[in-house]
Amino acid sequence: MIKLNDLHKSYKMGASSLHVLKGINLDIEEGELVAIMGSSGSGKSTLLNILGMLDVADEGDYILDEVPIKDLNETKAAKYRNKFLGFVFQSFNLINYKTALENVSLPLYYQGVPRKERQEAALDYLDRVGLKDWATHLPSELSGGQKQRVAIARAMASKPKVLLADEPTGALDTTTSYEVMDLIQKINEEGKTILVVTHEHDIAQMCKRIVQLKDGVIIEDKKIKQVLASSYV
Amino acid sequence: MFNRDRWREIFDTISKNKLRTFLSGFTVALGIFIFIILFGLGNGLKNTFQEFFLDDASNTIFIYPGKTSEPYKGFKANRRIEFKNEDLKEIDENFAFFIEYLTPRITRSALTRYKNESNTYPTRAVAPGHQFIEKTILMKGRYINPSDLEEKKKSAVIGRLVAKDLFKGEDPIGKYINIGTIAFKVIGVFQDDGGDNEERNIYIPYTTRQLIEKSNDKVDQIIVTFRKELGHAGALALEKSLKNYFKEKKSIAPSDPNGVYFQNLTDDLKQSQQFAVVLQLIVSFVGLGTLIAGIIGISNIMVFVVKERTKELGIRKALGATPISVIQMILQESVFITTISGYIGLFLGILVLENIGLTLEEYFIKNPFIDFGTAFAATLVLIIFGAVAGYIPAKRASRIKPIVALRDE
Repeated sequence: MIKLNDLHKSYKMGASSLHVLKGINLDIEEGELVAIMGSSGSGKSTLLNILGMLDVADEGDYILDEVPIKDLNETKAAKYRNKFLGFVFQSFNLINYKTALENVSLPLYYQGVPRKERQEAALDYLDRVGLKDWATHLPSELSGGQKQRVAIARAMASKPKVLLADEPTGALDTTTSYEVMDLIQKINEEGKTILVVTHEHDIAQMCKRIVQLKDGVIIEDKKIKQVLASSYV
Repeated sequence: MFNRDRWREIFDTISKNKLRTFLSGFTVALGIFIFIILFGLGNGLKNTFQEFFLDDASNTIFIYPGKTSEPYKGFKANRRIEFKNEDLKEIDENFAFFIEYLTPRITRSALTRYKNESNTYPTRAVAPGHQFIEKTILMKGRYINPSDLEEKKKSAVIGRLVAKDLFKGEDPIGKYINIGTIAFKVIGVFQDDGGDNEERNIYIPYTTRQLIEKSNDKVDQIIVTFRKELGHAGALALEKSLKNYFKEKKSIAPSDPNGVYFQNLTDDLKQSQQFAVVLQLIVSFVGLGTLIAGIIGISNIMVFVVKERTKELGIRKALGATPISVIQMILQESVFITTISGYIGLFLGILVLENIGLTLEEYFIKNPFIDFGTAFAATLVLIIFGAVAGYIPAKRASRIKPIVALRDE
């Protein structure tokens, strides 16, 4: 599903340049649930940005679902993002003046899906994250866990190939974190490829594979035995 | 542009962000409102000015006789000069090409009586041309005509206030009033924009005045209006040749400054026109200033609005909004709000101006107005600048990487 080949990225800081990614090689199959771990400055955010087409690599190839991702302009990147990727953020990033239902249907609006159809689809996704009864509520009326579930429903609504989650449990307490991870695991069980960036070991243990980054290179890449979040809940 | 779904999205955003909508709408409406009010008041000031200074025909030359101060051609100094009917006739013959109207004016003052009411009013003995020189407006009846002059009729045209004082609402036309000891028939009532004093005059034929004063042929004062096509320089040239003519005719030394006096309103005309230009400049400057303030106001609001929405725009971009759709959304929203509120301001401003009318007359502002073209153009300018001011930050926001926009809380 995702193929990274000798990926390099450096940022110019005045005269010197900061080499952030020093040759990343990564192969992720369809249906995997991968945790990307690393301390701050390890390059995990940069890697996620490149995977999310929010940034471009200096060198190397990035192939997503057999489509080489290169020569991106803003418009093309927006279309690819809409088609291939769903984002889940640490701070939820729901639009605060839109209801849960409207938030979930927004990616479909940008796909040009007719209003009625996208509302039905959005309601369906809200149902799947267990928030059907909260469809008409504003984000401010939801708890943190509920917000993140709405955000996950929104990320799923555009039927992406890959779900990118950037510290999805970073703003949540332990119990709620496990609930959210439980949801992510369930979505993964349905066959969706998911990448989770995290620095929490217990969260990483709930994935199927851990990729450890340090100073711009992968120092460890191992498959693990998944801990089911439902066993904690 | 006419995508129904997009409009729905815009209405949704507008109605759910009432404060933001109100702020930008209010700025535009206020800008237009103040522009229209100030511009209109400036126009009102111009109206008053025109009334003040442009009362009499401004292409007028007054000629007064005086006393010589130098001996000349066997005449002693200190000789009184008098104008006669034949002078009028000769001016008419020699200067016909340059002159529009010509009239003598003999001013006297007399106790005037109708029934039990009486008062002292100035009477001006004149020819028919005087009506146009003084810009007298007839309310009733007629002005002095050539047959009044010919037959030396005892006809009088009285001012509005004379009629009010003496007749107390009675219709004066055809009634007889006593001017001094002689009965005159009232043939007309006039009004004059020159003010109350002008409306306390009585006009009679100058030939009648001469008949009363022992059938003489003396004229106090001669007034001519020159053709406007002559312009300022032409009017000065005409004045000069009239002066030469009188000095020659009345045997006044060419170097004598007294003998005959000229008052040429062409200089006043030039001055008041210059003043009008300055006034217009001030009005335009005030208008432009308000408009610029309005533009700055709406620009600030737009920058603020886009700044406030940076995060939302980042989210939209992460969900697949293209840069163009982001810019389009912001512009369509801002143009929609500014258009609606611009016309609200326009409507209110014009409404207020219409209602001011004459109520501010004592502050020299009369009938303030704004022509619709100017008001419309000003509104359009604000809408366009609102859009431009929105476009620049929108363009920048559309380029921001979603991850950057989403990072800070």
